Amino acid sequence: MTNTPLTIKETQKGILEKDFSSVELVDTYLERIEKNKDLNAYITVCDEAAYKKAKEVDQLVKSGEENLIEKFPLLGVTVGHKDLFLTKGIRTTAGSKVLESYIPPYSATVVERMEKAGAVVLGKTNCDAWAHGASGENSDFGPAINPWDKDMVPGGSSSGSAASVAAGLSLVATGTDTGGSIRQPANFCGIVGLKPTYGAVPRYGVIAMASSLDSMGSFGKSVNEVETIFNVTRGEDGFDSTVKNTELFKPKSRMKIGIPKEYFVEGVDSEIADKVMEVSKVFEKTGIELVQISLPHTKYAISVYYIVQPAEVSSNLGRYDGIRYGNPRASFGAEAKRRIMLGTYVLSAGYYDAYYLKAQKVRSRLIEDFEKAFNGVDAILAPVSPTPAFKIGEKAEDPLKMYLADIFTAPANLAGIPGLAMPSGFNKNKLPLGFQLLGPRFSEPVLFGLGKLYEDETNYKPGLPKL
Amino acid sequence: MLKSLIGDIITENMVKLNKEDVLHVAKLAKLNISDQEIDKFTPQLSNVINYFGELSEVDTEGVEPTSQTTGLENVSRPDNLGSSLSPEEAISGSDKIHNGYFKVGAVLTERTDK
Repeated sequence: MTNTPLTIKETQKGILEKDFSSVELVDTYLERIEKNKDLNAYITVCDEAAYKKAKEVDQLVKSGEENLIEKFPLLGVTVGHKDLFLTKGIRTTAGSKVLESYIPPYSATVVERMEKAGAVVLGKTNCDAWAHGASGENSDFGPAINPWDKDMVPGGSSSGSAASVAAGLSLVATGTDTGGSIRQPANFCGIVGLKPTYGAVPRYGVIAMASSLDSMGSFGKSVNEVETIFNVTRGEDGFDSTVKNTELFKPKSRMKIGIPKEYFVEGVDSEIADKVMEVSKVFEKTGIELVQISLPHTKYAISVYYIVQPAEVSSNLGRYDGIRYGNPRASFGAEAKRRIMLGTYVLSAGYYDAYYLKAQKVRSRLIEDFEKAFNGVDAILAPVSPTPAFKIGEKAEDPLKMYLADIFTAPANLAGIPGLAMPSGFNKNKLPLGFQLLGPRFSEPVLFGLGKLYEDETNYKPGLPKL
Repeated sequence: MLKSLIGDIITENMVKLNKEDVLHVAKLAKLNISDQEIDKFTPQLSNVINYFGELSEVDTEGVEPTSQTTGLENVSRPDNLGSSLSPEEAISGSDKIHNGYFKVGAVLTERTDK
């Protein structure tokens, strides 16, 4: 086989009807990864583990056991795990030289649950070191490349995961979203990305960036992929005490979508804004009511985020002392050092009240904005990023400029709400465009419903870039 | 282009970090940084911290700070024995091991008054 399937359904149909075996599928994906090495999507490829699991999958199919898909919702699904997810026996680097030869003795809950559900791990995907970045360029293993245009960044920090799924180097991939690190690369690479509600999916075994913001999600070519992974990975695990088994909101029959005026101001690329308005018309045509709303504290999200997040980063990266595992602190790259120092500064004596405490209070204001909005609407439709994918190197020397790219994604993390990034075609330079749907905490089924509605209404067919 | 999107960068009351500030913070964070890095980080960190000045526009009188969004408090689990890492697994991340223990640098020096 030369072409890889693009959805879970195609994958499982092919395996169950014996059009191809799971092992053959792994052959094909590994060939594609090797052929597209220039994308630098993977830090580590784990052939051995992949073939071992694929053989198990083929055995299961051969056994003729019934209801395999119900028992193993990810049967034969190939996955690249962001290199922040610990994988027992497989090197996990966080994209940093500090952990360049670290082999974890246990796996993250997400990794374990996906494996139990039948997923086949192909390798560990590239990312900005410690998930610090919006372009992938902060990886100590070199930047990943956007498969739609090789001069462009794939977005970050889950850069390799997005590039891998977009280029068909794996069917799905995991990611972490602390300020937009799933939604923004999904947007830049023209695929679907889910940032779940904070507290829905366990963070256990994932290298921590900012503990009050980190959210474990995934990438796929369509909504069904990220929905399936969400359902497999969510719920209490006895290790992450912020996770609670909570009943999810169901979509209502009469829905309202809010459009926040603060996300359509000067500075947002006009093609992006126009496309999101076009998307809103697709929803309106199905009988959904569009409502103009206001999230007045949006413009402060970057300041709040770049105080709270580095503060938590400085604490989480304090554990890397090079004694029990990993290399000494001298191995941290420039961006990690900047964030550790920024976080240490805003927490230090004399500055705590002015920066950290103030940011936590403005964070409450941002949350109030969303609460008020969700009193009147079921979901919010907005752009993901103010610009499409930008050129490699364009923002690398100006950290503040790079930070501002998170303006429309960071608010959802500060409020702990879910966000679903969806592709919606291409701009005049053939770069992917898209939008995000935000909902109240634990409203993922509402977002999935709306995302699928959009797919149906626009007759969406997943595709691959010419490589 | 993004400037209009997020408001003017406040130039009054500019906070200016100097090299000593940066060195102090690096020391608190146990980072050894070179002179070259100090020159690079000082203006970069100053820029970012100045940007935070916009928060003073927001009225936060009587607003409770948010440290987490789950609303959960005092989460506990039954105190039952479960599986855990073996000692071998626990030390598997280092090659500086002696008799099953991590080897660390000495924190004490030999007495000179003996």
